[in-house]
Amino acid sequence: MRTVNTYIGSPVERIEDQRFLTGTGEYVGDMSREGMWHAVFLRSPVGHGRILKIDASAALALEGVRAVLTGDDMGEDVPTIPFRRPNPTIGPFAQPIIGRGKVRYFGEPIAVVLADSQEIAEDALGLIDVEYEQLPAVLDRETCFADKVLLFEAQKSNVTSVFNAQKGSADEAFAKADVVVKDRFYTQRQTATPMETRGLLAEWDEKNRRLRVSGAAKLPFFNRKTMADMMKLPEEAVDYIEVDVGGGFGARGEFYPEDFLCAFAARKFNKPIKWVEDRREHFTAIGHSRECEAQVELALSKDGTILGMRGDLYVNIGAYVRPNGMTPVRNAAQFMTGPYRVPNIDLKAHAFVSNKTPAGTYRGPGRYEGCFFMERLMEMAADALQMDRVALRRKNLLTNTEMPYPLATVLPSDGRAETNCDSGDYRETFDRCLKEFHWDEKAKLDGQQVDGRYHGIAIASFIEGGASGPSEACKLELEADGSVTLYIGSSSIGQGVETVMLQITADALELPMDRLRIYHGSTDLLKEGWGSYGSRATVMGGSAIMMAAEKMLDRFREEAAKRLNVDPSSLTIAEGVARHADGRSVPLAEVASAKIVTEAKYTSWTPTYTYGAGAVHVAVDADTGHVQVLEYLVVDDVGRIINPLTLHGQVMGAAVQGFGSVFSEELAYDDQGTLLVGSLADYLLPLATDYPHIHCISTDNYPTPNHPIGAKGAGEGGIIPIGGVVANAVSSALKSFGVAPNILPLSPNRIWDLVQAAKRKA
Amino acid sequence: MTVSFDVNGRKVTVDPAARTTLADCLRHDVGMTGTHVGCEHGVCGACTVIVNGEAVRSCLMLAVQADGAKITTIEGIGAGEELSPLQLAFKKHHGLQCGFCTPGMLTTLHALLSQEPDADEERIRDVLSGNICRCTGYIPIIEAAMEAREAYRAKAGES
Repeated sequence: MRTVNTYIGSPVERIEDQRFLTGTGEYVGDMSREGMWHAVFLRSPVGHGRILKIDASAALALEGVRAVLTGDDMGEDVPTIPFRRPNPTIGPFAQPIIGRGKVRYFGEPIAVVLADSQEIAEDALGLIDVEYEQLPAVLDRETCFADKVLLFEAQKSNVTSVFNAQKGSADEAFAKADVVVKDRFYTQRQTATPMETRGLLAEWDEKNRRLRVSGAAKLPFFNRKTMADMMKLPEEAVDYIEVDVGGGFGARGEFYPEDFLCAFAARKFNKPIKWVEDRREHFTAIGHSRECEAQVELALSKDGTILGMRGDLYVNIGAYVRPNGMTPVRNAAQFMTGPYRVPNIDLKAHAFVSNKTPAGTYRGPGRYEGCFFMERLMEMAADALQMDRVALRRKNLLTNTEMPYPLATVLPSDGRAETNCDSGDYRETFDRCLKEFHWDEKAKLDGQQVDGRYHGIAIASFIEGGASGPSEACKLELEADGSVTLYIGSSSIGQGVETVMLQITADALELPMDRLRIYHGSTDLLKEGWGSYGSRATVMGGSAIMMAAEKMLDRFREEAAKRLNVDPSSLTIAEGVARHADGRSVPLAEVASAKIVTEAKYTSWTPTYTYGAGAVHVAVDADTGHVQVLEYLVVDDVGRIINPLTLHGQVMGAAVQGFGSVFSEELAYDDQGTLLVGSLADYLLPLATDYPHIHCISTDNYPTPNHPIGAKGAGEGGIIPIGGVVANAVSSALKSFGVAPNILPLSPNRIWDLVQAAKRKA
Repeated sequence: MTVSFDVNGRKVTVDPAARTTLADCLRHDVGMTGTHVGCEHGVCGACTVIVNGEAVRSCLMLAVQADGAKITTIEGIGAGEELSPLQLAFKKHHGLQCGFCTPGMLTTLHALLSQEPDADEERIRDVLSGNICRCTGYIPIIEAAMEAREAYRAKAGES
């Protein structure tokens, strides 16, 4: 491994950029095949109902329409989508790949139209005659727990699982407490909203009985296995091909009903089937996330020491349990205490179904929600104790001497019941954040009215999980010209995988980057692999590369020794040349005829925890409810920085996504379960004019001891603390009114309502 | 209906249906897939192309309306593989991640800076507020645009 002049740690410009800047990338929507058919989906216009009739005869009569598939074409039982993280109670709540008999959310697919063009297929949608009997909808915790309306009649309840996060004895801690703060908090329903909607191209090779699915993202290897099982094919008969992907953020690339339906149609009709989702459809169909209500309390002693936490979280997971639908639920329970020392914990996270789009993950799943609840409680505790909020946080932050520090154990186990914070001093990033933010100076403005607006500041701390197991695989091949090709299971969702992986490879092999090539994320390249999710690609893929590179250098040494007729151990290898003490040497290109190929699989279930702090300065207009973010600073320690350019870009991008979460993005429904968001004009993503003053500082003072690469999963640091820190800054700004911003988003009308309510009370 | 227009200096003649958008026509009939479609509602700006010097949402314009027009797409911003100063600045400042919104960002900025090479940060942000990026948080895109102004100023000085 190169130790000086390394690519690792350097702001290497991305090799991906060239094709994206010249319009020569290839996204799935850009793909085309001779004679392909276009698929579009007829989706339920009701939130909860029974399908009384589907008549597609008029649609089939339209010129250019080739077929219409419904649930009745799927055989006796409509297949359901398997879980990625199973648990004992979710089985009956799995999503059927098409709605038959009953529909449970607005947007649930009930028919597939296949036609010569997308336009014709869309015309045909309007010609399908469907009759529904509308049923009352379950939309929130109240209607869910009334259990008057059941989404699944055979189940006695709408609750799919209850996860319990436990540590020590919370009840004893609360009995001893000097101060207890408690409240109800809520984070609204959102979705990741990658700029490229989903899409797929499915091709069936009847002669060889092989299926090829292009447009894969996130976890192609798991999805291939899922698809093979569902299509009753051997795994080797299915290829998942990754092309360029326009953003993932947790939602894109999970196994969705449309994936199966396109492949099913491709085989049934032996035609290439292409589907590109439209934006309205995207909002109704891709995984939602974040809708969580908390009723939680925190116990402290007089001196500000946290004694315990307990309470309940209620996560609205939508109509079905999707492959990773439980991840945000169990995460919210396990990670709510975040970077703080909380010795006694008893949290129950209840996952319940509703007549909304099924949920999955979105950047920082469960962690963003949990951090909001925790940081609101900390702010309330500082008030109740009449203690400085900075001192209170600092007192309870974990330090280096406490590592590894066990978080709460979560049961039922999904294989990751227990976990430890791995390394770091959480006070360091906190102190650095205070310093760079000029906290003391800005604190003078806190709660003050300046030019008609109230100023407020706040600081929050967080941990971010990374390096999700189980493994990643790669292969290195020495080419005839002495260059090396890397094949890796990690997939690209736009985050710069190619550059980062080649930086690691280049240093490990001690070759220049332009002597390397990379192929990634397609299942035809490697026997096994995983993908990119849970901030894992750099740690897991990077560690696999280091192993394969070491093997390749060993093989190089052996081959060079043969050519020089010396003992392999007498050779030293540096910068692509094997040298003997006698001055003779062999460059790597000279052993190319040996066709060196090395493979490695890196296995680990040990997560990493990047950590840090975020501080914000806001100005609130109490008359309009508008909040301006004057400055946001996030400081995180990521163990080891591979590429500061891409890391910085991701942390900053995450921060701006976070402001969308806090202020403007909401997937609202009416009381019948109709989604009220139809376009990006209704779902308000942050724009270039909204949040210009953001700064990020990343350090690498505490490498993870758990992975050879030292790096921790990163890129979510900007988003995790943002709900908590902004809500606290708003509450601090408006402290003369005494408002408690406990419900997100902090839209102008919500803040205005809070101010008005406070004024009435006074 | 037969329509002819100039794309990046090349004359093309196509026969789109009356309802075909310019975006779909460029992507599917002309075969230039660099122009991306992110929403089809005119909100996200990914599909922006330059029509007769003005930045236009190609998802809101019909192909037949482009008859006789001079169109510049992402493929025509640089000179093939050679990147323009604006493209180079995007690379240097990491003004893109997934690359999906990038064509619209580049065409919008190219149109703006060609007309107003002295545009200040506020003006650039204001114009770019019609283009949504979900990856970068915009700050590096603004930095890239600010840096690229110099090259546009020099070009304006030449003509």
